[in-house]
Amino acid sequence: MSDKNAHSYWKSNIKIVSSLLVVWFIISFGCGILFVDALDNIRFGGFKLGFWIAQQGAIFVFVILIYIYIHLMDKLDDKYNQRASEESRSDTQEDSP
Amino acid sequence: MSVQVWTFVFVFLTFGLYIGIAIWSRAGSTSEFYVAGSGVPPLANGMATAADWMSAASFISMAGLISFLGRDGTFYLMGWTGGYVLLALLLAPYLRKFGKFTVPDFIGDRYYSQSARLIAVFCAIAISFVYVCGQMQGAGIVFSRFLEVDITTGVVIGMAIVFFYAVMGGMKGITYTQVAQYCVLIFAFMVPAIFISILMTGIPIPQIGFGAELNEAFGGGYLLDRLDGLSQELGFATYTEGQRSTQDVFFITAALMFGTAGLPHVIIRFFTVPNVRDARRSAGYALIFIAILYTTAPAVAAFARTNLINTVDNVEYTAVPEWFSKWESTGLIAFDDKNNDGRIQYVGDPETNELNVNRDIMVLANPEIAGLPNWVVALVAAGALAAALSTAAGLLLVISTAVAHDLMKRSFMPDISEKQELLYARVAIFVAVLVAGYVGINPPAYVAQVVAYAFGLAAASFFPAIVLGIFQKRMNRHGAVAGMIAGFLFTASYIIYFKTINPSLDNAENWWLGISPEGIGTLGTLINLSFALTVARFTPEPPPDVQAIVENIRLPGEAVAR
Repeated sequence: MSDKNAHSYWKSNIKIVSSLLVVWFIISFGCGILFVDALDNIRFGGFKLGFWIAQQGAIFVFVILIYIYIHLMDKLDDKYNQRASEESRSDTQEDSP
Repeated sequence: MSVQVWTFVFVFLTFGLYIGIAIWSRAGSTSEFYVAGSGVPPLANGMATAADWMSAASFISMAGLISFLGRDGTFYLMGWTGGYVLLALLLAPYLRKFGKFTVPDFIGDRYYSQSARLIAVFCAIAISFVYVCGQMQGAGIVFSRFLEVDITTGVVIGMAIVFFYAVMGGMKGITYTQVAQYCVLIFAFMVPAIFISILMTGIPIPQIGFGAELNEAFGGGYLLDRLDGLSQELGFATYTEGQRSTQDVFFITAALMFGTAGLPHVIIRFFTVPNVRDARRSAGYALIFIAILYTTAPAVAAFARTNLINTVDNVEYTAVPEWFSKWESTGLIAFDDKNNDGRIQYVGDPETNELNVNRDIMVLANPEIAGLPNWVVALVAAGALAAALSTAAGLLLVISTAVAHDLMKRSFMPDISEKQELLYARVAIFVAVLVAGYVGINPPAYVAQVVAYAFGLAAASFFPAIVLGIFQKRMNRHGAVAGMIAGFLFTASYIIYFKTINPSLDNAENWWLGISPEGIGTLGTLINLSFALTVARFTPEPPPDVQAIVENIRLPGEAVAR
């Protein structure tokens, strides 16, 4: 992979990781701890919403976040692998007389 | 068949299985001994990580702790799962790409420093040791109650089994026994939970039963409303409301999350898969397998609490069920008839409360309290042992690799042959098993409590050093060493001060910023980060070859060939 590609790969990687971590923080520390009492005013079935997020909902979200990460990173890897193989092909073409 | 016969059958069968796997998966090289030859499929590694991770504390203590903490128990649930998001996004793929055997390997090479390596070795051994004590103690409790042997015999049996497969198979043996142990422990946790959910709400999925209406026999109405009502009636805190301060819950949750991501025995599991993609994938599997237990635990907590209150409050002492007297003999449940009316008053006011219930029995005795069949009761024992032994083995391997690989091979005796290194690794596990067994027989405190401190230490030492090592190319050895020392010392002193030197001061009024010793690791993490970043600014940047390592681990494995 060329330096330019490596650089933009890393930038996309950071973007994916940081946006997923923002969701991670909002759900766990935001909804599950800081604003839990406010969310408890909303009820569904036998649950208060804040209590449910704190004890169960957040865990489901964590699993989903990791799967979104796996999916996005696989796509990103494929994209750059393809670009890298195209580059090496054009490199060989230039080298040939 | 009686509970004891069933228990004996289950324990015998599962232990036989573990020994069989150990013989099948003997390790012949250091690579097999340390990282199972990096050939573990992601699904198997996900199961092994889940078993490695879910300890006696998760299996035996957690649901019990939650049933007494109510909503505050959240910090265990979110803390011990949310850390996997950090692990998957910030550590696992890069460390797999780095591709060595241990966490001190990474710290030592990334920070081009023997002292950084030695500090990492010290932290790894200290953290794993604190953690392993809890496991041996957990195994001891289970043996003593279910097989009615004394705790010492129980711990010795547990030691012998772990010793057998860990010494023979190293990481390879441990990985495949952990896969088996995951199946045993999740089955043993789910079967009673499903039974109880059906019994109390008629719904076979505990996660849904948790928010459902109770059957008429249990008083009707939503489970959580009923539990809140019972708690208020008897003077306990309302179950679905928090008692601890918001900042304390915040800090404890963060400490457990950062600690989860920094625990060496979990991190090294990601060295065992073939490549970076598989590392990401196995983090996903691991969290799914963990989430099955962790979303069931709060339901079990609420069921068990409701059931306990219903079964014992205001019941005549002579009419208590059989399980009550059995657990009384272990001292885990105690009745003191203060007003001499011959009835059990179980209330929130300590002056008139007559019943003391140890948190650990909420899971262990739950099937008996609910009157489930004997084989279900016995299953719990096998599951608890699987949880304790699988985690103990993973921790012992960290201690062994730290000694044989990081201390001997990479620091003091670089010339030893692979065969000698393997021998040292086996001797180190042997010694570690003996020491852990001794501490298991003479335990310091509650299982989950002891384990909680290991997280604070991991959070304050490893987590920032590894994350900075990957995401900050400019981070150098001076910064990393200063950060790890500051974070570890600060966290360890705070915990030791409140837990051993001045336990009488251990309450919210004396805590610094209202943060309990369980949550102080978060502050330790921040101290580590600020020391590391400040020191690194004023010291020379790392040499070019180290910066090249960082460049390289940032790229996925497949794309690296240039």
